[in-house]
Amino acid sequence: MIRLRFSRKTLGIPYAVFLLFFVIAPMFVILFYAFTDRENHFTFMNFVRFFSDPTKLSTIVYSLVIALITTVVCLVIAFPIAYILARSKMKRKFVILMLFVTPMWINFVLRVNAIRELFNWMGLLGETNYFNTVFGMVYDFLPFMILPLYTTIMKIDNSLYEASADLGGNAFTTFTRVTLPLAMPGIMSGVTMVFLPSMTNYVVSDMLGNSMVTIIGKFIYEYFGTDWHMGSMVALVLLIVVFVSTWASGGFKAEENARGANL
Amino acid sequence: MNKKTLIGCLKAGFVGLILLLLYAPILLLAVYSFNETDIIGTWGSFSFTHYQKLFGDPVILGMIGNTLLLALLAATLSTVLGTLGALGMFYSKKRVKAVMHGASQIPVINAEIVTALSLAIAFVAVGLGKSYFTLLIGHMVICTPFVVLSVMPKLKQMDNSLYEAALDLGASPAKALFKVVLPQIVPGIISGFMLAITLSLDDYIVTVYTRPSGFETISTYVFNATMRGNAHTAETLSSFWALTTILFLVIVTVVVVFNLTGRRKKEVTK
Repeated sequence: MIRLRFSRKTLGIPYAVFLLFFVIAPMFVILFYAFTDRENHFTFMNFVRFFSDPTKLSTIVYSLVIALITTVVCLVIAFPIAYILARSKMKRKFVILMLFVTPMWINFVLRVNAIRELFNWMGLLGETNYFNTVFGMVYDFLPFMILPLYTTIMKIDNSLYEASADLGGNAFTTFTRVTLPLAMPGIMSGVTMVFLPSMTNYVVSDMLGNSMVTIIGKFIYEYFGTDWHMGSMVALVLLIVVFVSTWASGGFKAEENARGANL
Repeated sequence: MNKKTLIGCLKAGFVGLILLLLYAPILLLAVYSFNETDIIGTWGSFSFTHYQKLFGDPVILGMIGNTLLLALLAATLSTVLGTLGALGMFYSKKRVKAVMHGASQIPVINAEIVTALSLAIAFVAVGLGKSYFTLLIGHMVICTPFVVLSVMPKLKQMDNSLYEAALDLGASPAKALFKVVLPQIVPGIISGFMLAITLSLDDYIVTVYTRPSGFETISTYVFNATMRGNAHTAETLSSFWALTTILFLVIVTVVVVFNLTGRRKKEVTK
């Protein structure tokens, strides 16, 4: 009998097996289904059928526009907040940061339901479907933008601002030449963290858009009941988008992205 | 008023306004959860009707119990698996570490619906179908990577010579791991566990795709009740106001307690 010597490396084996079976393998299942038809023959037809359908294409465009507006609004709101908090000398600024994250810990659907009730009370429900959807998405995904921005702006050395001022830079040049370039990694991970769920999280668009707003994620839901091959194809396209955008933004930075793991 | 205080006021005003917007829907529900009627905007009188309804409905209590039990199970298993995974990865060769780290990131950066669909199809393809087991696995897939992300930084901060010192002093590797390494990464394990709990409690999409039929969590139940929108559900909806208020109060309490105890600890170590 071989007696296994205890090694610290072996502790990782259960997780490695778990990842292999439940993360890697399912990705290959998606890949297989996306390129096959109902008789399991290899085909590109899933892609062709989907992308040559004008109604599908117009939904994709709408979905992308919603996601884009959501991301820009989040950035415009989150950047000043992250900047103000990160540069503030206040002792308890951490508590204020926590205030922005706290609503995130109430159940997601209950939170969207709360917005729905607010809109219902204001008479907006069923009236301004696109506005409601974007508002709900901004509401729900704002912390994903604030947290990475806060951590990157915190890291900017104060002497850089002083140097910029000493060299005659006004507030605007300091912002464009110092703050913005150094905050870029945070902006990139914030944008990815917001843009992706804005394209795919159909809970918000269904509950606030009165089922009149369709986003890309909803296709997967609809295909799940009817055609797995088409559903996998849409999922594969989203997967490729995720990998390309992660690669383009210079890889994944754990410390900026852990949904408040390090708070 | 000079320029500096004006800017200060503007900053505070902006932060305050956004916070007000964030809390407005929750506070609205919190106020009207104590209202006698089912209609937001018309105040009847102060009452606990909605709370009584919430705690008197066995279906709602059942789905709350389901949600909590699932979150506890998924978070506990994810924490064990993720902590072991982080330890294994940390001590592995660069190549192995990079591959495992990359695989571990997939559920984090991926759209949740892609994770959910891939799991659902894979489970059916291998004949597992949908059961409590597949649901639990689904939740572990979204929680465990975050546990790894919470534990990893603590391992990196750790002084590695302590482990070697323990071995030199005659401790077995297992004992050194338990007595020396583990205590140093406990904060990471705890925050990983907390994060796993909130992720599991929050989840809608993975739950829908992997749950056994008839199994309801808060997320699925509330979603269905609001989307159906018939007269019968109107009554259920107002009990959700009470549920939202209770959850909000619990979370605020947890945050306050954690902040206070955290601060005290930091002061002691200083």
